[in-house]
Amino acid sequence: MHFDLTIVWAGIIVFAIAMYVVMDGFDLGIGILFTRFRVGAERTTAMNAIAPVWDGNETWLVMGGGGLMAAFPLAYAIILPALYAPIIAMLLGLVFRGVAFEFRWRDPDHRARWDAGFCLGSIIATFAQGVTLGALLQGIKISGRAYAGGYWDWITPFSVLTGVSLVAGYALLGACWLIWKTSGPLHAEARRLARPLTLALLAAIGAVSIYTPFLSNKYYETWFTSPGIAALAVMPVVVAAIGLMLFRRIGQGRDFLPFVLTLSLFGLSLLGLAISMWPDVIPSRVSIWEAAAPKSSQIFMLVGASVLIPLILAYTSWAYWVFRGKVSEGGYH
Amino acid sequence: MTGTVMALNLARAQFAFTVSFHFIFPAFSIGLASYLAVLEALWLKTGKPVYDNLYRYWIKIFSIVFGMGVVSGVVLSYQFGTNWAVFSDKAGPIVGPLMAYEVLSAFFLEAGFLGVMLFGINKVGPRLHFLATCMVALGTLLSATWILAANSWMQTPAGWMLNEAGQFVPKGSWLPVIFNPSFPYRFVHTVIAAYLTTSLAVGAVGAWHLLRDRDNAGARTMFSMAMWMAAIVAPIQILAGDTQGLNTQEYQPAKVMAMEGHFDSFAAGAPLVLFGFPDEENRRVNYSVEIPKLSSLVLAHDLNAPLAGLNTIARRDWPPVAIIFWSFRVMVALGMAMLGLGLFSLLARVRGKLYQWPVLHRLAVLMGPAGFVAVIAGWVTTEVGRQPFTVYHALRTVDSVSPIASPAVTGSLLAFVVVYFGTFVSGAVYIVKMMAKPPSTHETLPEEAPIRTGGIAPAAAFNAAAAHRIDRSEGAE
Repeated sequence: MHFDLTIVWAGIIVFAIAMYVVMDGFDLGIGILFTRFRVGAERTTAMNAIAPVWDGNETWLVMGGGGLMAAFPLAYAIILPALYAPIIAMLLGLVFRGVAFEFRWRDPDHRARWDAGFCLGSIIATFAQGVTLGALLQGIKISGRAYAGGYWDWITPFSVLTGVSLVAGYALLGACWLIWKTSGPLHAEARRLARPLTLALLAAIGAVSIYTPFLSNKYYETWFTSPGIAALAVMPVVVAAIGLMLFRRIGQGRDFLPFVLTLSLFGLSLLGLAISMWPDVIPSRVSIWEAAAPKSSQIFMLVGASVLIPLILAYTSWAYWVFRGKVSEGGYH
Repeated sequence: MTGTVMALNLARAQFAFTVSFHFIFPAFSIGLASYLAVLEALWLKTGKPVYDNLYRYWIKIFSIVFGMGVVSGVVLSYQFGTNWAVFSDKAGPIVGPLMAYEVLSAFFLEAGFLGVMLFGINKVGPRLHFLATCMVALGTLLSATWILAANSWMQTPAGWMLNEAGQFVPKGSWLPVIFNPSFPYRFVHTVIAAYLTTSLAVGAVGAWHLLRDRDNAGARTMFSMAMWMAAIVAPIQILAGDTQGLNTQEYQPAKVMAMEGHFDSFAAGAPLVLFGFPDEENRRVNYSVEIPKLSSLVLAHDLNAPLAGLNTIARRDWPPVAIIFWSFRVMVALGMAMLGLGLFSLLARVRGKLYQWPVLHRLAVLMGPAGFVAVIAGWVTTEVGRQPFTVYHALRTVDSVSPIASPAVTGSLLAFVVVYFGTFVSGAVYIVKMMAKPPSTHETLPEEAPIRTGGIAPAAAFNAAAAHRIDRSEGAE
């Protein structure tokens, strides 16, 4: 088989995005739910569950953005201006989220304010990421090698739907992470929150899946002709089965299972997304080959990536392993 | 001002604002990470509790500085695309991979070991913990390496050609791209600047507490270490700055002409303009105070060497003269003041009065923020001096900007200003408050922070062990 560097790099970028969603998804989810937790022990424990790892998690976002610029500069140069407002909103939301980890401890008099900022920042960042995805899926106006639309083009019912969907999804990831990593009242609260969030996420996946094929002819043909139609037949069944299992496991069973099951729902959604978009990086306009960086850039980076990414995964796993087990108010036991 | 020009200037203002704010944090965290590694190494080697205490004192400050550096840095990695889309498309194949290497080799390394460094001492033991500290420090330096390679390539592009899509691509090997002509000089100058900035900040904190309590062991140790650093590094930095200036003169002469305020050429010996008000319109420096021929001595190491001025450069290729004329003078003046402080501290040390001279301590407190100001002034000099190009002499700034209308950029700029002042100024206040507390002999782990991940029992055990060591050493005195 022909070894296509562009496909390799598309794979690496998708991997970085997936890693980001898996890892910062639960951080942001805990942020989204944060003000629902009781002031004091519950909030402290929730914070402790992510404090040692959030920075590494967020680095995957930098990897996704930086990697896109490096491997698909044309896509980076068109997508980011097109989604100007949601991207800026995401960055500002992440600022509030990121500083709250330290500031809430340094300024007890205003802790409530930084907690609110942590929550609001997480919601804004997540919603903006969802909107970004929706706005990309629904299509971008291009002329030559540049974005040709206005600065409000991104907002449509569909992009709002994907924004809300991601808030529900991350919140569920956050709740499931707390089910896994905490015990006591916070654990019980997380289990309570996870049920309605599961229903919300399943509804969101359903709505986005039904909406997407009607956004463009290309999506319609992908999903309603062979071989896409086979996936179309199978996917809803698999999603429903996992959803049902998740719903039952929230009440009882092993603490890590809800998180893993939620991740598999995210995995299936990402797969659906990939089927819809392939082989374009900007739907129906720019393919991955058109946007790709020249071969010398691809090779230069691949040499580093093939050594460094396994190394990153190794020491990141080690860092997670160091902080394994249940968290409590005082820290990890 | 037409809409396009306005949108361009707004985008420039936004980039200048966000990058200047960001740069303050890494300038401090690069130095602090290395300082923490040194403190922990000294503690492991000597077992003296003062190093352990200082480590704990500074790591709490480090964690805030680092956090603010991370969140303000993420903004930059996206801002190339949001506001400088054409630049990203054209220069992406070269600048992008350099930044990708920064993410892969530096950001992940820092982030991966930061959790263990901040919260993991009781989980992994002192040696592994020291390794984590070193990895974070190494990460900060690798990060500086890659980002300065990318920045230097924009200043002195090398090893490139244009492909049929109009993109900058490597001509062959990546080595000339990475090791472009200004990179080694800029790297040395910038990393030393970070160390010097940190030593002045640490020295100011030590001096502040010495003014209140001359016998505070922690204050003594940090002040002494910081003054060694300042005394040794300030002269090296002046030398490094001089060589970077000569490199700039070779590759970006217009920048140096603007720094010097030389609108005219001089056939036999150019004067050094100490002060004055550059007037670009009339191509002269008003009310200037000059030293004859000294500029030729500095730049050509010959009093009578001829020096070309901005009159040899097309007007449309001039950088904004007044800004870099002034920012350069601010940087140099502060550099000289740092040298003065370093020499003064040496004198005090030789006389055995390092902890006794309040004048020295007051001066050190005064100089505490000098590094940050100098770093920003230097950054302004080199970046504004690169104008009107993004890729020097190859891509103009005006041709690099995103097709975003002014109202959108106005909105985002306002949002950045409000959010940055709201968050980062709060952070600065918290840092100053922590610095105002004297280092105690029983400096705690960053306990109340999210940080106490060792669990109650091991943390207590660790503190007990530390207290035991302190008791022992105090008993020995």
